[in-house]
This record gives sequence, structure tokens and C-alpha cells, in this order.
Amino acid sequence: MNVEALRRDGECRWVIEPTGAMRVPAVLFADEALLADMDDKVRQQLCNVASLPGIVDAAYAMPDAHWGYGFPIGGVAAFDAEEGGVVSAGGVGFDISCGVRSLLSTCTREDVTAVQARLADELARAIPAGLGSTGRLRLSEAEMDAMLTGGARWAVSRGYGSTADLAHIEEGGCIDGADPNAISQRARDRQREEMGTLGSGNHYLEVQWVAEVIDAAAAAPFGLSAGQVVVSIHCGSRGLGHQVGTDYLREMVIAAPSFGLELPDRELACAPIGSALGQRYLGAMRAAMNCALANRQILTQLCREAFRRVLPGFEGGLLYDVSHNICKEEVHSVRGRARRLHVHRKGATRAFGPGHVDVPEALRAQGQPVLIGGSMGTASYVLAGTATGEALSWNSACHGAGRSMSRHQATRQWRGRQLVDELAARGILIRSPSLRGVAEEAPGAYKSVERVVEVAERAGLARRVARLEPLVCVKG
Amino acid sequence: MGDWQHFAHGADIGVRGCADTPSAAFEQVARALTAVVTDPARVRPVESVRIRCRGPDLDLLLYDWLNSLVFHMAARRLLFSDFQVRIAGGELEAEARGEPVDVARHAPAVEVKGATFTELSVRQDAAGRWCAQCILDV
Repeated sequence: MNVEALRRDGECRWVIEPTGAMRVPAVLFADEALLADMDDKVRQQLCNVASLPGIVDAAYAMPDAHWGYGFPIGGVAAFDAEEGGVVSAGGVGFDISCGVRSLLSTCTREDVTAVQARLADELARAIPAGLGSTGRLRLSEAEMDAMLTGGARWAVSRGYGSTADLAHIEEGGCIDGADPNAISQRARDRQREEMGTLGSGNHYLEVQWVAEVIDAAAAAPFGLSAGQVVVSIHCGSRGLGHQVGTDYLREMVIAAPSFGLELPDRELACAPIGSALGQRYLGAMRAAMNCALANRQILTQLCREAFRRVLPGFEGGLLYDVSHNICKEEVHSVRGRARRLHVHRKGATRAFGPGHVDVPEALRAQGQPVLIGGSMGTASYVLAGTATGEALSWNSACHGAGRSMSRHQATRQWRGRQLVDELAARGILIRSPSLRGVAEEAPGAYKSVERVVEVAERAGLARRVARLEPLVCVKG
Repeated sequence: MGDWQHFAHGADIGVRGCADTPSAAFEQVARALTAVVTDPARVRPVESVRIRCRGPDLDLLLYDWLNSLVFHMAARRLLFSDFQVRIAGGELEAEARGEPVDVARHAPAVEVKGATFTELSVRQDAAGRWCAQCILDV
């Protein structure tokens, strides 16, 4: 991206003043190196978002921002329904409520390395991953509705995990306002056999160890200590969420002229929050969020059972579960006035600061855990929300490293088998049904997650608590 | 006769099919969709699915066609290799033939989440040849 077109406003904050159709400025959080690597299309996409009706204050890009459909990945924007604000299917993305959940164990790195191959095989057997895999559950229409309104609470009531898990999930494991009637038959059919599946692409279940405690004061209440084993699950609402995205994007594209919306890019398709279509999408999106929360809850229990077959006594209580593709209704202070906003975070993680009432009580004093996924073979991070985050970005931070290379380029540069062998030599075991999939997800095809989280911290969006390194990665 | 190809696009992948008619171009781009997942030559056309779509223009018809295939691939765990498409009066009628995914034989690389509006177009070039394309979210 051409830095000269931006006005620097602080060490890691860059501003594009409104021009043309833009209603508010566009703001990027990055350092010069990240900006230089950032696709120029991010700038264009952010300016497009800044032109949507009812946007409040600015359109924001996180340090890991890259090109996305309509909104950039790493894009954050809040809309006020009372000022004609919109909800955008493209602002949430196809993988609704994709997110990360981390489980805490009482095992050490040494406990796992002693049984690493057996554990990797057991997890690979227990976790349905990759194209064509199916879960154990087959949902009737009534059960599907119960899942779509109940989320992780529904999964717990069906024997997957315990009620103690729910307190450490965003929204207590179940978001209100889900409308199963807004979910198409196709979306239901796609999900029927996919409950408790990981999916493919960049989704994974990873056994990690705490390689570095960066903020000891926060790590202790988070339950993190050096050398400890943590399990992180990265996946979303599976076929149901993808189909909801497909269905509503189409409907919003067709309906746009009736709302007087002129879209510079069809992927920006949106509807006024107060319109029947906007409300129906929000109901469907929340149902898809519940589907994602239920899915991660089922995977959690499958993972615990697999661990116990190898390491009896494994507990795996939740650190936290947070989505990074979602639109949430939140109250934020805007120049001293509390306003109810619809905050879109697409490839961006909510990061409430210390004391926020929506952070689980046990963690509240330190701020919300922000779980940053790595890319097969690279580090992951646990961050915490800051007191400054609300004024900067509606309490939002980055979500991962972000790709720097296409899948096609990656398969030309790496072979799956070679990557699996190289990572094994470094003590990281990969289990995947697809070697081509492994090549497409090569760690070298992603940007440096270290740099992204360092800049997120310098910008005041979140602060680093711990760095996690992988031991076993189950990929789709 | 027609042909298909992939084109790179950031984290995702573009599919394009070109032929003498829109219907044949839609058949080609469907082959490109399968090739994102596996080699179409490995997919035996033993099961058949009928697909009908209706759209206000060819762009939306292509969006619906590819997303219908994505739906059947996901919900019925099928891969397709043989396509017969007929487009007339804003309506598409098609038969897609393929078989259930066999992980060992097909070695599927990635799951397609959906066809998108990005670079979505159905156009005729100066020589009269039709090309249908879009980016797939994978």
C-alpha cells in the first residue's frame, strides 16, 4: 500500500480523510512494514465501507488486514440503526462466527511429547476433518431448531461438556435473537451431518504449549503458565453458515436498489438494520453463531475424550471462546454518549477491556482474552483487551496472521509430504487427510503473526499475555 | 468445444469456463469448480442430480448454478465430473453427474464454501466466445 496517501496519526495509526462518497474517515492500525506489505485493495475496500449509510466514527482495519469479500478481512465498522445504519452479509463473511476456543490442561509439554504420536493419531481419529467428513450426530428438524436457538447450551444439554464451560464462552454460549425460521432448507440440509466437524482450509485443532508468558499478572488469572499444554480449536458454523452467507448476499444484492443503495462492489450488499430483510439476516446470522458455538462445544468434548484415552485425567476446561466473523449489537460510549451500535468484525476479534461486564467474572480484572490463531507450525497468541480499545476500534483487535500468498502459489512452492516431514523434525506433528491441503496451508504462505500482535499491542488494541507453540495440528 | 482454467486471487481461487455458448461455458466453469477439490478425471459419473435455477441475468444465474453445485457437493458429499446445461429465457436446467467423495481416491484438497460475486461475469468476447467466471471462497 502506498503510505504517502495516508496521514500518520500516532505510532501505529493511519488515517484516510473522507473523499467522494465516504461518510467517515478510514483508519488503519499498522506499522510501516505491515502497511508496505498490505494489499492496496484494503485501502479501497475500507473506503467503500466508510461510504455505507449510518456508519459511526470510522471504518477500521486491523494490523492483519488483507483483501476480503466486500469488507477487508480485519475490517471493523459500527452502524447506528437510528441513523439509517445497515447490516452487511459481506461485513460478516461466509464463515459466520468462525472463531477460536482455547482449552487449558494440567499437562506439561513433556507429558505430551512422551505420547505425542499416539495422541496425534487419537485426535485425528476422533475429530472429523476435511471434505466429506461427517459428524456422529444427525439432527431432526426439531433438534436443528433447538441447536440454532441454544448454541453451546444445547450441546451441553445433549452431553457435550459441562455447564462450567458456558461461563467462558462469548454470550454464555448462546446468543439471543436467533431465528431458525430465517434459515433456508438448503442451509439446514448442509448442516445435517456436519455437527461436530472441523471443516478444511485454515481450520484446525492444535495442541500447543505455553512457550512464553509475556504478562504474568494476566496469565495467572487466565490459568496460563510456562510449559503448560493448551488446546486451541479454530472453526466456524460449517455448511450452515456458508449457506446463510450465500443466501443473504444474493438477496441483499437484489434488494439494494429498493433501499436506495448504490454499491461500488456487490459484495458490500447490505440492508438497513430496521428493514425486514436486515432483521431476518440478523436472526439467521445469530442462529449461525449458535451453530458455530455448538460445533466448537461438540469438538471440545471429542477432543477431551481423545486426550483421556492417551492421558487419563485430562481436564481441558475453557480459557475462552470468541468469534472473529460476526456482527454484534453492543453499547459503546461515543464522545461521552452511550449508543447502541451494530459492530461488524470480519476477521477481527472483540477485545473488551478490564472491568467490562461481558467478560467472565474470573477474568474480568484483566480484560477479555483475545485468541489469535497461528498458521500450522507457527506460534499462536493469547492477548487481553485494553482500557483504550473502545475509543480506538470499538474494542476490536486482530485475529491471526493473514495470508501473504495464494493457495496456487503455495502448492507450487511446497509439497505436503515435505512440509509434514519438516515440521515433524521440528517436533510438530501434522495429521490431515489432504496433503495438497497441507501444502496450501504452508506456514510460509502466511504473514508473521509476531509482527501483527506486536503492532496490535503498540497500537493499544490489545496486550500480549502469552505465546503458544504447536505440538500437534489436526487439519482438514 | 470449450475449456476451463483457474486463476489466482489472494487467499482464494478463481474459476473460469469458456465455450461457444453460455450453456457450454457454464459446463466448463463447473469442471473448474470440481478441479479446485480434485482432478475431475478421477470422478466417475455414476450418480445424477438435476438442478434448476432462475435469475434476472446471466451473472446471477452463474452465481446460483455454482452455488447449487456447492450445495449438492456439501449436503450429499458428492463430486461432479459431467455436466449438461441448458439455459433459456432466464432459466437454467441442468444435470450434473458424479459420485460420492472417496477420500483415498479423490484426495480432496479443500472444501468450497461458496461461489461469490467477486469477478463474477458472463461475457461474450469480440470473437463470439462466452466466458463465465467468478472467485470461489474456499
